[in-house]
Amino acid sequence: MALEVLYFAWLRERVGHPRETVTTDAATVRDLVAQLAASTPGHAAAFDDLATLRCAVDQKLTDLDAPLSGAREVAFFPPMTGG
Amino acid sequence: MTARVQTAPFDLAAELRDFGAGAGAVVTFTGLVRDDTGQMAALEIEHYPEMTERALSDFGAAAAQRFDLADWRIVHRHGRIEIGDQIMMVATAARHRRAAFDAAGYLMDWLKSRAPFWKREIARDGSATWVQAKAGDEDALSRW
Repeated sequence: MALEVLYFAWLRERVGHPRETVTTDAATVRDLVAQLAASTPGHAAAFDDLATLRCAVDQKLTDLDAPLSGAREVAFFPPMTGG
Repeated sequence: MTARVQTAPFDLAAELRDFGAGAGAVVTFTGLVRDDTGQMAALEIEHYPEMTERALSDFGAAAAQRFDLADWRIVHRHGRIEIGDQIMMVATAARHRRAAFDAAGYLMDWLKSRAPFWKREIARDGSATWVQAKAGDEDALSRW
């Protein structure tokens, strides 16, 4: 499947671009992270600390074990600092 | 009962005009850019446009149900914001003050660690530092 993958804040800086289309068979967000982290040194740096990684699938906050079946958009970012 | 994300400043008085008609209590909170280091020039706020307003609306709807609000409003800015300028506001309206105060605190605690915003401090020398989330922000959520 083709997924739109978005990056924010310092993940975006490390990856080097704000979004990309990724072809993947990943079953979960965690599987997708493993695939992405292996793709370039920038991606590896972006995903070097899974404890501080936050994600959203189709614009809903979720966790690394969320399934990707039927998903169109996955976003990765550090802990949020709103307010 | 509205949530907005914008780059422009907001006018608190204008926001409160016609807000919470019929309620007995209105509480507002306004967040400002502060300079803790004495070296800051401004704050830059990045967000996730496709997600942000819906997330804020979900928080508002949850607060309205939980605290029986007559009205609520969230305005959050993004982009570059100068020291001392407004970042965001929440307003809550209820029959009595307790619910309005509690709902404002609830919304702020959710906004701090669950709304897709990321702050970056821009120093006067041009260097930029991402603001780290505080453990206390996460703890604050647990009281709800």
